[in-house]
Amino acid sequence: MSNDSALNYTVAQGRATSFFPTFERKDELQHATHFCPGCGHGVVHKMLARAIDELAVQDRTILVGPVGCGVFTYHYFDVGNISAAHGRASAVASAVKRSRPEAIVLSYQGDGDLAAIGAAEILHSANRGESITVIFINNAVYSMTGGQSAPTTLLGQKSTTNPEGRNAIPDGYPLHVSELLATLEAPVYIERVGLGDNKQLMAAQRAIRRGLENQVRGLGFSFIEVLAPCPTIWKMNAVEAQHWVRDVMEKTFPLGVMRDKTKETEPRPAPASAPALDRIPGILGVAEADLPTGNAHVMEQGREVDLEVRIAGFGGQGVLLLGEMLAEAGLDAGLEVSWLPSYGPEMRSGTSNCHVRISNAVIDSPVVTSPGVLVAMNEPSLRKFDRAVRPGGWIIYNGEEFPADCVRDDIHVLALPFTQIANDLGDARAANMVMLGALLQISGVLPRESVSAALRRLIKHQRWVDLDEKAIAHGGSLAAARSQEE
Amino acid sequence: MTDTVKHDRGKIEIDANECKGCGLCIEACPPKVIAMGDHLNHYGYKTAFYAGSGCTGCSICFTACPEPGAITVYRTAVTSSRVEAPCASN
Repeated sequence: MSNDSALNYTVAQGRATSFFPTFERKDELQHATHFCPGCGHGVVHKMLARAIDELAVQDRTILVGPVGCGVFTYHYFDVGNISAAHGRASAVASAVKRSRPEAIVLSYQGDGDLAAIGAAEILHSANRGESITVIFINNAVYSMTGGQSAPTTLLGQKSTTNPEGRNAIPDGYPLHVSELLATLEAPVYIERVGLGDNKQLMAAQRAIRRGLENQVRGLGFSFIEVLAPCPTIWKMNAVEAQHWVRDVMEKTFPLGVMRDKTKETEPRPAPASAPALDRIPGILGVAEADLPTGNAHVMEQGREVDLEVRIAGFGGQGVLLLGEMLAEAGLDAGLEVSWLPSYGPEMRSGTSNCHVRISNAVIDSPVVTSPGVLVAMNEPSLRKFDRAVRPGGWIIYNGEEFPADCVRDDIHVLALPFTQIANDLGDARAANMVMLGALLQISGVLPRESVSAALRRLIKHQRWVDLDEKAIAHGGSLAAARSQEE
Repeated sequence: MTDTVKHDRGKIEIDANECKGCGLCIEACPPKVIAMGDHLNHYGYKTAFYAGSGCTGCSICFTACPEPGAITVYRTAVTSSRVEAPCASN
């Protein structure tokens, strides 16, 4: 170009300042993108960079990139960058926006990323109306991996995984993500644009700028779908691919604004920030200062405590709570404790059991394989663990008759109808606490105040605190009476 | 090319190192003043070039081009009826 013209001409369009001056992905080829000639990604990258420049938000933009050909956004855009796991970009963007409401947060995703593995994330981000802008590049195939069918693949379109072309049966229909999201109430702006000819290009540039502008105005969820050419996978030259967008793709994916609530929408208030970490125990009602304590950090020094308990029963019998009570009381007494529950997915019925260790030394393992005390709340649970009880240990069994074939002469047994006893005290469900009382009496390691404090920490309702206290005391006296018999 | 002619409203520069020769700018250009060159650049691509006159500065080639810095579009800063047309260096 002639030098004299420099006086007369100014740059109308040039490299956006939102791009890095050089792309340092590799040692070589730092002047250009990694995109194939004619790639839609490059075109949309430029539109996005231009919109960021024009709205002067480069220094507060955070771009969440996808997995796919668009993965290298962080090598190109000189903004804050995060690379999300496949399909999760809009979920990541939601979190970023919530924690940095002043940031302009963009999620840039392809159709394999957004419409397949990330279908749940985009649906729920849109439904929550997150104040983010999502740029969705739809080229109807998985390009980076070599051209497999995507949810957006057109009917009849061939792919490596569908060499005969997509068939509605059994492959289903191309997924219309924009239309799908437009059924939701929360999104503020949804538009599908294309890169098929000059007119479409101009509309795409406007839509992308619009999507960003909406966020600058604080309006809410904006979604711009871009029908983009992939000359390489479509096996076309760049111009043929561009025309294919306009002449073929657009028939399946009509262009247009699917949702525009930008006029009537008020700026969304930023979500209240999460409470400071040190306030959370108070909010949950478990702040140390608010909890009852037995002030029983008074275990005699030098006294060796090493209680290993296995508690087993049916789900719903209070097996885990019994263990928690023990552990909590041990904590209150200033001891080392561990509580390890072991149960299936069922909340009621089914067997469950837990391991509890209480020690004045550091606990090496929370697993109790040879319990000193087994609390068995029914016969199946007894039979599961009775052989494991160590010689000299105890079995506390919920049943009047201890099964004859379970009798061992090297252990002690306390077999009582604890459920019936609890029922007589006021509620059969307190059987676990009667058995806890017996266990405490037999083990003799935990101070009464600690047990009482643990009870008040774990049980919210006063009625149950009262009943459980009675149950524990009664269980203790039953065990004491039993000891005297021995 | 130093004849006094009607001044073009715009002109473009194409960086032959950044151009990948996809041809989208040629397709997009309304006055059709961009063409594809014959020789290959350092990276093995034929590259597009500006014919040297007739550009309106509309920038649609810039929008169509996938590469960030391959095309720079200039527009006239002053209106003058007697300026030299830029010569076609390509």
